[in-house]
Amino acid sequence: MSNWLEQLLGKKTKSADQAKERLKLVLIHDRTDLSPALLDNLKNELLAVISKHVEIDPGAVVINLTQDGREQRLVADIPLKSARRSRSG
Amino acid sequence: MVAKVVTVTSGKGGVGKTTTTANLAVALATLGQKVVCIDADIGLRNLDVVLGLENRIVYDLVDVVEGRCRLRQAMIRDKRLPELYLIPAAQTRDKNAVSPSDMSRLCEELRPEVDWIFIDSPAGIERGFRNALAPADMVLVVTNPEVSAVRDADRIIGIVEAEEKGPVRLILNRVNPNLTRRGDMLNAEDVLELLAVELIGIVPEDENVIISTNKGQPVALDGKSRAGLAFQNIARRLMGENVPFLNLDSGDGFLKRLTRLFRSGGTMG
Repeated sequence: MSNWLEQLLGKKTKSADQAKERLKLVLIHDRTDLSPALLDNLKNELLAVISKHVEIDPGAVVINLTQDGREQRLVADIPLKSARRSRSG
Repeated sequence: MVAKVVTVTSGKGGVGKTTTTANLAVALATLGQKVVCIDADIGLRNLDVVLGLENRIVYDLVDVVEGRCRLRQAMIRDKRLPELYLIPAAQTRDKNAVSPSDMSRLCEELRPEVDWIFIDSPAGIERGFRNALAPADMVLVVTNPEVSAVRDADRIIGIVEAEEKGPVRLILNRVNPNLTRRGDMLNAEDVLELLAVELIGIVPEDENVIISTNKGQPVALDGKSRAGLAFQNIARRLMGENVPFLNLDSGDGFLKRLTRLFRSGGTMG
């Protein structure tokens, strides 16, 4: 199939979009010196500390680096187990 | 006169730092400004050939720093323009011969004499880059719409901000409108969103740059080529003028482009 037809049918992501997505991730890690492995360690230790005080579901925790201009932010979304139970009950 | 010191840098090599430095210096000189450009890439000097002044070098930056000549003697005047000067890099000497404080001192001496001091930084983040950054009032980061160039530009911007040397202004060089239009090249908005800095110029890929560099005549000497015009526009923005950006990556049809061409008086704006 020719290139333009593939694009017309939306079968292929444009390479510029791929470049942008890849760069987004690379820059976040470059700027913070936080590798994915380090972020994983951080997440595990954070969970251990929080679990000491409140009950959480480790599988539902999302910890991410986000970008705000040239500022990096560590964003943690940690659903509490008790809160969820009361909502469903 | 109190000169503004503008450092042109990029991190990655080969993105067009020297071409940008030469053309902005030329463009400002054609606007009647008194400009000195300094090649800070010791050991790999190139600004002289891009400007077409390679046959006139007697003294260089290291000679000035080490006191073998006076500053004035190392300033080569470009005879095509009223007030454009080059201080060439040393070609053979130890690249550690110049320090950041040497550069600052040299620029302080030049400052009262001229309107603009342009420093062409070497690639990388080593000593030569630190030398070029030390006296900067403004930093122009040159990049291409490619992953490696954008990544390195981000590193450089981070260092410049950490050293509090701003403001940083971005020049997106070698933009290919055809590739951008079909989605195979990062466009200006993409790059600005990624790097989060202020844009000061978009320069299209233009074979005239290669042709003019072959001859030692920077494209900005006349505004006939699109790249030459883009550099002249950046120079005017540096002078505080509000000049609209070249619209290269729009997906506009032929008719729309044509009307824009007519409206802007036959140039690509």
